[in-house]
Amino acid sequence: MPDQEIIAERHELRSEEIDRDDLVSTFKERAETTGLGRRSLIKRTLGVALGLVGLSPLLLLRDSGPLPKKYFDTTNWSKGTRLLLDPAGTPIKASDLEVGAVAQILPELPTGTERTLENTGKDAVLLIRLRPEDFNLDPQRLSWTYQGIIAFSKICTHMGCAVALYEQQTHHLLCPCHQSTFDVTRAAKVIFGPAARPLPQLAITVDADGYLVAQQPFTVPIGPSFWERNSSNG
Amino acid sequence: MKTSQKVAGATANYVDERTGAAKWLKKNLTKVFPDHWSFMLGEICLYSFIILLLTGTFLTFWFDPSQREVIYNGSYLPLSGVHMSAAYDSTLHISFDVRGGLLMRQIHHWAALIFMSAIVAHLFRVFFTGAYRKPREFNWLIGVGLLTFGIVEGFLGYSLPDDLLSGTGIRIAEAILQAIPVLGSYLAFFAFGGPFPGTAFIPRIFIVHVLLLPGLFLALITVHLMLVWYQKHTQYPGPGRTEKNVVGYPLMPVYMAKAGGFFFVVFGVTAFLGAVASINPIWLVGPYTPGQISAGSQPDWYMGWLDGLVRAAPPLETHAFGHTISWNILIPGLILPGILFTGMALYPFIESWITGDKREHHLLDRPRNAPNRTALGVMSITFILITLANGGNDIIATHFHLTINGIMWFTRISLFVLPPISFVITKRICLSLQRADRDLVLHGRETGQLVMMPNGEMLEVHEPISDAKKWTLTQHQQPGALPAPLPASATVGLKGKLRARLNRANATQVPAPTLTDLKELGDAHH
Repeated sequence: MPDQEIIAERHELRSEEIDRDDLVSTFKERAETTGLGRRSLIKRTLGVALGLVGLSPLLLLRDSGPLPKKYFDTTNWSKGTRLLLDPAGTPIKASDLEVGAVAQILPELPTGTERTLENTGKDAVLLIRLRPEDFNLDPQRLSWTYQGIIAFSKICTHMGCAVALYEQQTHHLLCPCHQSTFDVTRAAKVIFGPAARPLPQLAITVDADGYLVAQQPFTVPIGPSFWERNSSNG
Repeated sequence: MKTSQKVAGATANYVDERTGAAKWLKKNLTKVFPDHWSFMLGEICLYSFIILLLTGTFLTFWFDPSQREVIYNGSYLPLSGVHMSAAYDSTLHISFDVRGGLLMRQIHHWAALIFMSAIVAHLFRVFFTGAYRKPREFNWLIGVGLLTFGIVEGFLGYSLPDDLLSGTGIRIAEAILQAIPVLGSYLAFFAFGGPFPGTAFIPRIFIVHVLLLPGLFLALITVHLMLVWYQKHTQYPGPGRTEKNVVGYPLMPVYMAKAGGFFFVVFGVTAFLGAVASINPIWLVGPYTPGQISAGSQPDWYMGWLDGLVRAAPPLETHAFGHTISWNILIPGLILPGILFTGMALYPFIESWITGDKREHHLLDRPRNAPNRTALGVMSITFILITLANGGNDIIATHFHLTINGIMWFTRISLFVLPPISFVITKRICLSLQRADRDLVLHGRETGQLVMMPNGEMLEVHEPISDAKKWTLTQHQQPGALPAPLPASATVGLKGKLRARLNRANATQVPAPTLTDLKELGDAHH
C-alpha cells in the first residue's frame, strides 16, 4: 500500500461569469417563448391550483381519525359502578384490603361493553387503604373515602403514564416516567415533579351487598391536560 | 492475455460503450482524500445505516405491524396465554422462534444506537473544526436534518414492538400532541385514529419507519456524499496544505482498502455487541397496557435529553377561559428543542453574519483558534449532558443512593448555571492554549534539561520546534484579522450593535506569532 501523500488542486466551485450570464439569458429567453409572463389567467390558475394542492392534506387526512368531541372529559365511572380488582375482575369489599395495601381497579362495565385498552387507559384506578387518622382531607373529600380507603385515577395528570409506585411509609405515589409525586393523605396533591394537578379522586362507598362502588363519576377530566380542558374546578 | 483479463476487459468495454463511465472513473480512481481519524466518524454513520437496512429488512419478514389482539402460545412460557398485540407477539416470535431472529433484532438495535452516536460525534467534529463554513452550509443543514430524522426514526423503531416500555413512550408522545394549544386533541385523535392507544398507530408508524424515513435518509445521505465528493473534503492545516489544494491519499488503492475494511470493522463490532450484549429484552416487561408500567422507564439515549428536560420542568399550567395550556409539556417537549435545533441549523449563517466572513474555507480550524465557537459548543454539550443525566435520574438515584428530589433540583439550577460557566472556562482554556502555542513557536519546547551558568544561574534549555510544526501553529487567520473593524454603517441600530458586540467578543485572541516577532526575539537573544 503506497504511503506517499499526493496533492490535488481544488477547482473553483463558482461558475464562470460568462456561464452565469448565459444561464440567466437562456432562462429568460426560454421563459419568454412560453409567453407565460403575459398570460395572467394561466399564472393565476396555476397559483390557485398549487394552493389547492397544498390544502388537500386537510381534506385527505380528515379520515385519519374521528373527532375527539367530549372523549377526554368522560370515563366509564358513574354512580353505583362497582370497583373490580384487576386482573381478576372480581368485585371487592372493604375487608379485602388491609391497611397499607394497594389494588389496581377497573370499573364494572355495562353488559355488552367490551373492556378495551382505550377504556383501561381512562378508567384505571388505584385503591389505597390507610388508617383513617392518616388523612388530611377537607370534609367533602373525606366523605369520598370509605373506612380509610381512598381511590384515585391511576393516569398521571402530567403525561398519562400509570402512576404505579406507592411508598407505603410516606404515603406518596410516584410516577416512574417523570417522577411527579403525589401525597395520598392530601388528596394526591402534587408535592414534586412536573405534574401541575392532583390525581383526580374517585368518590367511593359501598352498595347494599357491601361491595365498593363509585358514588359519582370523576368530577374532573382524568389524565394529561388538553386545550379544551376546563380546569376551573380542578 | 489470461481469460480473466479478457472477461474483465470485455465487461468494462460493454459498460463503457453504454455509459461512458471510463472517463469519470479514470479521474476519480485517483481522487485524493485527506487523512485523519476524525474523518472516519461520518463513515461509521454510513456503515451503520447499511447494517440497519440489511437487518431491518430481515425483521420485516416476520414482524406483524398490527395491534390486533392475539393470545401468545409461542415458546417463551412465562407469557403463555397472555393477551397481547400481534406486533408484540411477532416480536417475541422473532426473538425466540426465528433462526437468528434475536441476533438480528439485537444487531438492529445496537446499530441504531451506534448510528445516532456516530452522527453526534460527526456533528461535534464538523462543528469544532468549523467544517460547516462556506461552501459546506448545505451539508450542515442536511446533517441537522439527518440527526433530527434519526431521533424520530429511532423512537418509532423502539416503539414498534408494542411492549410495556415502548407503549409508555407512545403514551408520552400522545400527551405532547394533546398539549398543543387549540389543535391538540384533534391531532392526537387523527394520529391515533381515535382514542389512545387504538389500533391504527403501530401500522402507521411502521410504514413511516420502514419506508418513508429510510427513503428520506437514502436521499439525504446521497446528496450529502455527492456534495462531499464534489466539493472535496476539508483538511487539517499543515505544511503544504492550502485553501486551494487537498493533500492526502488516493481512492485507489488506499481509501478503497481503508473504507472497505472499516465497513467490516463496524459490522463486526455491531454484530459482536448484538451477540454478547442484551439490548431491549422486551419479553421481560410484557405487552403494553395503559394501566401498568415498569419502574426505571428509560428511553434510548438519543431521546434521554428530551425526557430529562421534561422531568426537570416546573409544574406550570395556565387555566383561563375554560382552556388549559400545559407549559410543563410545551416548553421542554416542543419549544426548547425547537429553539435548540433551529439554532443549530442556522449557526453557520449566524457565525458568518457576526464575523462578516464570506470566503470559502477548506482548511479546518484547530478548536482553540476559534474560542467563542468552541466555548459555545462545550456550553451546548454541557446543557445536553445535564438533561441527559436527569433523564436517568431514577437510575442514578438508586445506584448512588441519592434522592430524586436532590438530583432534580441540581438539574434545575445547573441547567442555568453550568452552561455559562463552561463557556467561560472553555474560552479561557482556548486562549491559554493559544498562548502556549505562541510560547512554543517563539521559545521552543521545554527539554527538562537544567543548565547551570558560570554565574550560578539555573536555566532550562529550550529546543526550537520544527519548521513544519511552527507552520501548523501559526498558519491560521485570526478572527480579529478578518474584515473587522466592521464598517460603521454595519453597526447602527440594535441589530448592528449586537453584531458589533459579538464581533468584538469573537476577536479576543492571543496574537499568533509573526515573522517579525520571531526576528525581534532572535535579535534580542543574540
